[in-house]
Amino acid sequence: MTQEHSFQTDGVLTNAHWVAPQGDDRVYDELSDSAPRGTFRLSIPGWIGVAVVVFWIVFAAIGPMVIPWGENDLPFPDAYSEFQAPQPGAWLGTDVSDRDILSRLAWGARRTILISLAATVLAYLVGVTLGLGSAVVGGRIDTILGRINDALLSLPSLMFGLVVVAAVGSSSFILITTAGLIYANVVYRLARAIGMEIVVMDYVEAARARGEGLWWIIRREIWPNARIPLISDFGLRLIFVILFISSLSFLGLGVQPPHADWGSMVRENIGALQYGDSMVPVLAPALAIATLTISINFIVDDVSTYVGGKLSGRV
Amino acid sequence: MWTLVARRLLIGVFTVLSVSVIIFLATKVLPGDAADIRLGQSATAENLQAMRERLGLDQPYLIQYWRWLSGILSGDLGYSLAGDRPISELVASRYHNTLVVSVFTTAIVVPLSLALGIVAAMFPGSLYDRLLTIGAVATVAAPDFFVAMLLVIFFVMWLGVGSAVVIGNTDGMTPTHLLSHFALPVAALCISLSSQLIRMTRAAVLNVMSSPYIEMAILKGVPRSRIVMRHALPNAIGPIVNIIALSLAYLISSVVVIEVFFGYQGLAVLMVQGVQTRDFVLVQSLGMLFCAVYVGLMLIADVCSILANPRLRHPK
Amino acid sequence: MSVSDTPVFQARGLTIRVAASDGRPAGREIVRGVDFVVPRGKVVALIGESGSGKTTIALSALGYTRPGLEFSAGSALVDGRDVTGLSRQELGQLRGLEVAYVAQSAAAAFNPAMRIGNQVIEAAILKGTMSRSAAIERARNLYEALDLPDPATIGDRYPHQVSGGQLQRLMMAMALCTGPKLLVLDEPTTALDVTTQIEVLKAVNNAIAQEGSAAIYVSHDLAVVAQVANDIVVLYDGEVMEKGPVETVIATPQHSYTRRLMDAVPKVDVSPGTAPSSDRDIVLEAKNITAGYGKSTLPAVLQDVQISVGRGQAIGIIGESGSGKSTLARVLAGLLVPRSGEVLLDGQVVGSSTKQRPREILRKVQFVFQMADTALNPQQTIGEIIGRPLTFYGGLRGRARRKRTSEILDRIGLPEAFAKRRPSELSGGQKQRINLARALAADPEVLICDEVTSALDTIVAANIMELLENLRRDLGVSFVFISHDLSTVSSFAEEIIVLYGGRIVESGKAIDVLSPPFHPYTRLLVASAPELRTGWLEDVVATQSMRSAAINSAKATAHGCPFFDRCPLAIPGTCDKITPPLQTGPRSVQHVIACHYPIFSDDASLLNFARN
Repeated sequence: MTQEHSFQTDGVLTNAHWVAPQGDDRVYDELSDSAPRGTFRLSIPGWIGVAVVVFWIVFAAIGPMVIPWGENDLPFPDAYSEFQAPQPGAWLGTDVSDRDILSRLAWGARRTILISLAATVLAYLVGVTLGLGSAVVGGRIDTILGRINDALLSLPSLMFGLVVVAAVGSSSFILITTAGLIYANVVYRLARAIGMEIVVMDYVEAARARGEGLWWIIRREIWPNARIPLISDFGLRLIFVILFISSLSFLGLGVQPPHADWGSMVRENIGALQYGDSMVPVLAPALAIATLTISINFIVDDVSTYVGGKLSGRV
Repeated sequence: MWTLVARRLLIGVFTVLSVSVIIFLATKVLPGDAADIRLGQSATAENLQAMRERLGLDQPYLIQYWRWLSGILSGDLGYSLAGDRPISELVASRYHNTLVVSVFTTAIVVPLSLALGIVAAMFPGSLYDRLLTIGAVATVAAPDFFVAMLLVIFFVMWLGVGSAVVIGNTDGMTPTHLLSHFALPVAALCISLSSQLIRMTRAAVLNVMSSPYIEMAILKGVPRSRIVMRHALPNAIGPIVNIIALSLAYLISSVVVIEVFFGYQGLAVLMVQGVQTRDFVLVQSLGMLFCAVYVGLMLIADVCSILANPRLRHPK
Repeated sequence: MSVSDTPVFQARGLTIRVAASDGRPAGREIVRGVDFVVPRGKVVALIGESGSGKTTIALSALGYTRPGLEFSAGSALVDGRDVTGLSRQELGQLRGLEVAYVAQSAAAAFNPAMRIGNQVIEAAILKGTMSRSAAIERARNLYEALDLPDPATIGDRYPHQVSGGQLQRLMMAMALCTGPKLLVLDEPTTALDVTTQIEVLKAVNNAIAQEGSAAIYVSHDLAVVAQVANDIVVLYDGEVMEKGPVETVIATPQHSYTRRLMDAVPKVDVSPGTAPSSDRDIVLEAKNITAGYGKSTLPAVLQDVQISVGRGQAIGIIGESGSGKSTLARVLAGLLVPRSGEVLLDGQVVGSSTKQRPREILRKVQFVFQMADTALNPQQTIGEIIGRPLTFYGGLRGRARRKRTSEILDRIGLPEAFAKRRPSELSGGQKQRINLARALAADPEVLICDEVTSALDTIVAANIMELLENLRRDLGVSFVFISHDLSTVSSFAEEIIVLYGGRIVESGKAIDVLSPPFHPYTRLLVASAPELRTGWLEDVVATQSMRSAAINSAKATAHGCPFFDRCPLAIPGTCDKITPPLQTGPRSVQHVIACHYPIFSDDASLLNFARN
């Protein structure tokens, strides 16, 4: 537009009456005021994370079938020694009892991932059901569950695990239930907080005003909105469960010998740091845990940035 | 406001009590009791009976619980099953080891992480912020023993400084010796804790930084440093105190792993040994101790954030 | 050009776009080639609906763009200097010192953790233009000039300790403290009740006149703008549609968009309508409702309220925030159980909560929420949202349900294809239509509309009102229409209930209640509704017999008249002690006025009285 919009009268610029030329076809619609939603994109660390996680899943799935040794087989029964260096036949060397590191790593991958996954799923089933239910029902049930939750959460998770193992010993089943119940508390808090945010929304009130039942409200009004933040938190919870299980195993209180799992492999082979021909026996499982958890966290980070990034702020 | 604080304190006491019930009952789940474990295989029925009477195990649970609890409150933590030593003696010989490492760690990690987190929140999206975020995302997910292991490999095995085994007995050590002795466990704990602290501090400050009153301050021409220190921080104190308390709670878990890794003779190692030998009198007492510390930290955090809230401090 | 000749502010081809980020290229321009000037000491209003870019343009005077935006072309000149490319130091000197900002919501823009006084003088002290004691003195003078109570001590309080209208004026003081050349006012009265709005507008006008500052005044409300501005700039979608002196633009709007904007401004005009006779057919009735939240020992929000809605009739409930109007709506809908009283539908007493009401009763009374944003589930499609009541109440499924859904969409003026969209893909007005459609899908007898236009821009609100008129005419639905805006209510409803402090102060046919108003509070409301003409504010301030200062928020009281401490006619000893009697109005027995003051029977003396 070249038209002079403002001109000078008596040496001062003013807004003279000016009207924009009106196009014949211009429709003065209501302007949209909602911000366009961004598309989900993985960052570079996120992509690396996906690659590493996929690698470990494939490794856990087919590793035990492909590698010639079982988790307690000795690849070199004649040349019995500990912490042998990597060589043909044992690509990552041998451990403190001269077992093949690679095959133990594969069996350990299976055990670590499956136990953690099962515990996290358990934590979610219990936590989400009680948390959302508590938020919707409110009243006395909410208060009682909240008190129990406070009490259970006032033991640091690892301490809780120690007390349970001291009381009932350790097995895969106990590990899954213990970790599942400990983290169900955290999930309960998260689900309840998310549920509370949704319950006060007018659309829930509208459903109540319509006369909808409790189950319909939870299933159709609350769950679809709680789903996305809860699912994006699943990865984070999985990380903490993996770390919890590995730490217990590292302390010798998790997966029991002779079974392999990554945490107990670190414990068994910690001597390799000082005495071994190579540090691979202790570095490999430690790296395995670290790469898996860190990779999941990179993915989680991208997802939570997309979802709103304030998940930790809700608890 | 003070009624709110009093309410919190009451809830805290209630929480510790309910935890004590959980811990007490946990040890009663399985068949076999302290008398079985003490006397082992060779026990006769009469021996067992006598031992139970001596330990008070023939009494109803309620009375056992009351004796145990009042014992703890008066400083009598009972007798360790293995070795028959008073637990208070065991604790007394070790608690300062755990305390030293924890205090060192806290004193270093809290101010450092807050500063790093706040600076990151001042320049969101900057190179510094991105690198810090990636670093924090990585270390928060790394197992504690992995961090400790990397430190040992790098410092002890490659550079030849520090020590991989930390006994904790500091008699007759020179200050430099002391430093190199404790450096690695403290460093490992700092790294584990800092990532969580940095990220949450950053998030708390950023959350406040998006409020309209911060935009108002920008439009008043207030310099960035003053905006963060005077306008944003006072409003983020509540969440930040909570974050600190939460991190110190993580510290309790991390200390267990780190003490075991370095073979450090602290309370956490004692607890792990108790679990391994199924010495549940020891586990009970130490569990209560850790829990009380934890609940205490949470309480302090709660009270602080109540006191930091201007709406509660200056009612209408 | 000497300094006095340069305009305080000039936008020259100003263009602002979505900034490039994370590898994404710079996005669309949300402000395009905007030109206007703000002469020294003058007030220029930027007017347009939300999304028109008016706030973005105003903020450019501070050299500021909201995060995610950037200046891409043109210039924003303050005193002839382009401020779009200043360094941080230069901006620090510009902001707060030369140009000051007054934000839309003072409640959010004051830091909750700092004392008000320290925030007011912060800029002055930081820039070193004043000593601390001088700044405090200056702030005190401003508090006085702005009619704030306790000017000596109000600065020691925290923001949550003062009312919304006071905070808004305190923010004016904060902006004026350094004596800036230019004020940027971003919808400073939008969040306020009409009666409070007058106080703030008056304060803004006085302060600008006294200080001699120029101002950019951002608003979507033409009537408000007419009171404060010298010039108007009409914006649509980031471009200037029309600009000029306020009298010219209002008297002879040239651009079609400006004309639409003007048509949309609601006026207090009462249509006699099809006023029903006394033997009307009552659909919904509530008797002696007393209600509140929390324990019954807490003060009630609603005290002994009656309402009856005739078939096909619209009844308007008006009152400011805290008057209990939304509480009444919730009681009618069964969302809040009253402490006492009962609700009747078609003459039958119905349960007081939704759980006690059978589905058929629930269907007949439908509630429309104020905020469509929170009233529509973001995870459901429009088809699901409208379809659910069809299934729930009418048992419709499959094709029948889809067919009925598109009929309803058609009725509310939206294309059938919208059924597949989600609420986030709709504009504010479209969402509000869906919100209405969901209620319509139940085929109700009574629609309870709770402030359904308050959150919308003038034009959008006018469109929604037009839709409501059509629905009423075509479907014969009865309405309970709740609003704080007298103009909207008066043009829609035949009957009006005026609520104050949880009590009915006046009720009756709209024409009886409003022309002329009787109760002092009704009169205050009528007088406070802005009119689309210049000079209205001066007229109101000159004739108004209302107390200006000490606007307290209404509290529900057990005894006496709730309006006592604001009422210019209050009789101490009577009005604050004894609950006012219900007097019958002079023209109709249905007209009820709760007041101790005598009601005049002939119009002449009444008019006389009302004028004083």
